[in-house]
Amino acid sequence: MGSETGRVTVISARGLGRRFGSKRVLRDLDLEVRSGEVLLVTGPNGSGKSTLLALMAGLLAPTEGELEVDLPRGRIGYLAHESLVYKELTALENLDLYGRLYHVPERRETIGALLERFGLWDARHQRVGSFSRGMQQRLALCRVLLHGPELLLLDEPHSSLDADASSLVDVLLSELAGQTTMAVATHDPNRVQRLATQSLVLA
Amino acid sequence: MSLSNNRAVLLAAAASMLLVAGLALALFWAPEDADQGFSQRIFYIHVPIALTAYACFGWGAWKALRLLWTRESRYDLESYTAVHMGLIFGILTLVTGSIWAKISWGVWWTWSERQLTLFLVLFLFYCAYFMLRFSVEPGPRRANLSAVYALFGVALIPVSFLAIRLAENFIHPVVFTRDGPQMSGSMFVVFCVCLAAMLALFASLYTNELTGKRLDARLRELREALE
Amino acid sequence: MTYFADVAALARKDILLELRSRDTLPAMLLFVVSALVVFHFSLPSEASATASTGLLWIALLFTALLGLGRAFTAEREQRVLDGLVLAPCDRSAIWLAKCLGVLVFLGVAEAVALPAYGLFFEPVGWELVAAILLANLGLAAVGTLLAAMAAASRARELLLPLLFLPLVIPVVVGGVGATVVDDPGRYLGFLALYDLIFAILSWASFEYVVVE
Repeated sequence: MGSETGRVTVISARGLGRRFGSKRVLRDLDLEVRSGEVLLVTGPNGSGKSTLLALMAGLLAPTEGELEVDLPRGRIGYLAHESLVYKELTALENLDLYGRLYHVPERRETIGALLERFGLWDARHQRVGSFSRGMQQRLALCRVLLHGPELLLLDEPHSSLDADASSLVDVLLSELAGQTTMAVATHDPNRVQRLATQSLVLA
Repeated sequence: MSLSNNRAVLLAAAASMLLVAGLALALFWAPEDADQGFSQRIFYIHVPIALTAYACFGWGAWKALRLLWTRESRYDLESYTAVHMGLIFGILTLVTGSIWAKISWGVWWTWSERQLTLFLVLFLFYCAYFMLRFSVEPGPRRANLSAVYALFGVALIPVSFLAIRLAENFIHPVVFTRDGPQMSGSMFVVFCVCLAAMLALFASLYTNELTGKRLDARLRELREALE
Repeated sequence: MTYFADVAALARKDILLELRSRDTLPAMLLFVVSALVVFHFSLPSEASATASTGLLWIALLFTALLGLGRAFTAEREQRVLDGLVLAPCDRSAIWLAKCLGVLVFLGVAEAVALPAYGLFFEPVGWELVAAILLANLGLAAVGTLLAAMAAASRARELLLPLLFLPLVIPVVVGGVGATVVDDPGRYLGFLALYDLIFAILSWASFEYVVVE
């Protein structure tokens, strides 16, 4: 299982680069993240933080170099800028869909627990289109944790969240650190700094 | 680098020689056709061009398959170049076919020519290939989409041909007949030379265009590395 | 098998989405009937039965295009397609589920179009129905794949008809042929062949259309 920190390499990159058309966003990146570690990715807007996470998730392919993530798709959770949920469906329907697709055991209970934890239980039958940005982000967090991933890729997990919800995320990250491998991209490193075992600053 | 230079020069030389030989044979040496006279000689250009177009599309599809199989990005350029060549040869097929139709029957277009109709459909299909490429950002995504579409293209060729044959049963075009390909020995020789010429032309143009595009890409890379 | 469970989950989602928004199907129904009415005005009076059959097939093609243009719009917003692609299920399951949805839409549209056609032009025979059922499979298979391609491009709705029309010419030939000719067997067989080839091709290559 590799739950001992520092044992198994989960993510390894060599000379990783990614360009979009003629624009080079990532260049010559070397990286190694071991099981249970927390990688903190910081840098200004446009420096490629989101691109790096998308590469790790497998949504983008490298245009140069190599990237290897030693986990099957079903064991990875990816939190993007967009919520990746259907606006026309309710919170519950969205999570139910993902629960089925990820073959989550005891789907109903897991979904219920997550909705409660992130304060969305009362809104579970509402269409996501009527959610505030903060609620959408919280729902996205539920989506990401639903299948108990071994690797969590979080792109700005605190964005759009008020103080209470942000603390929820902090608590969550503290809980998971050491067991779940994480890569967190953020503008605001202070919240995650103390948990991070590795830091990557993109220019 | 010099090895591929030599290859390119050799190909170009071979293509030029074959083309000259083929044209000369077609115009002067090949026996005159009893029914159609001099105009039949366009056959020696039209059909080899058509067959070469098929070869281009087939080659493009092969490279597309290699791309999807190995995920190596160089196959994208190779596939694209082959399809590009195929479209050019395809347009030439339509043009030479049209000229032949005009000379033979006095019309610029006829639906009764199955090959010509097929090429019209393929022309539309591969033009859409270019529209697809132009509307997607360069990158792995575009490479994948182009490759899948190129594969659909070669599947379309036999299916379309069958469709066109079947369509003749109810479309009833004005039928112009042309004697079948009963080629005498010497006609066959000329045909083969011309076919070899066209294929060599494809190979030569393909190699050159690939080299050119690769140089472009390399230049861009170097320029960026300096920034 | 988990594959079919995944397909079922995805198909269920698509039905739910359409029931909620209720825009694609009514548009398709209205479109096909409007098209038939326009065709009445565009056909000269000496036009044969064959001509009106041809026009029916054109109407169906463009109605399919209308529906296919909307096939992936729900996934485009909020990049939901990425979420589906990241899931451990086979990507071809996404294609199959969408295909089934498109088939249902086409079926409903034809359930309206055929009686209208019978009313405005001429009676509908079993060959036409058989041809349409077979054609639906090919149109849905190819159309779903191409819709995903178009959704990945900048041009989107502009691109889909350009990609779609050359590929479905054989379907038109098979469909019109089966309706018009005395022995429809060959044409129905041809439609089945088309369906087989392009359904397999679409199923196998969908993965590469949605993944880098």
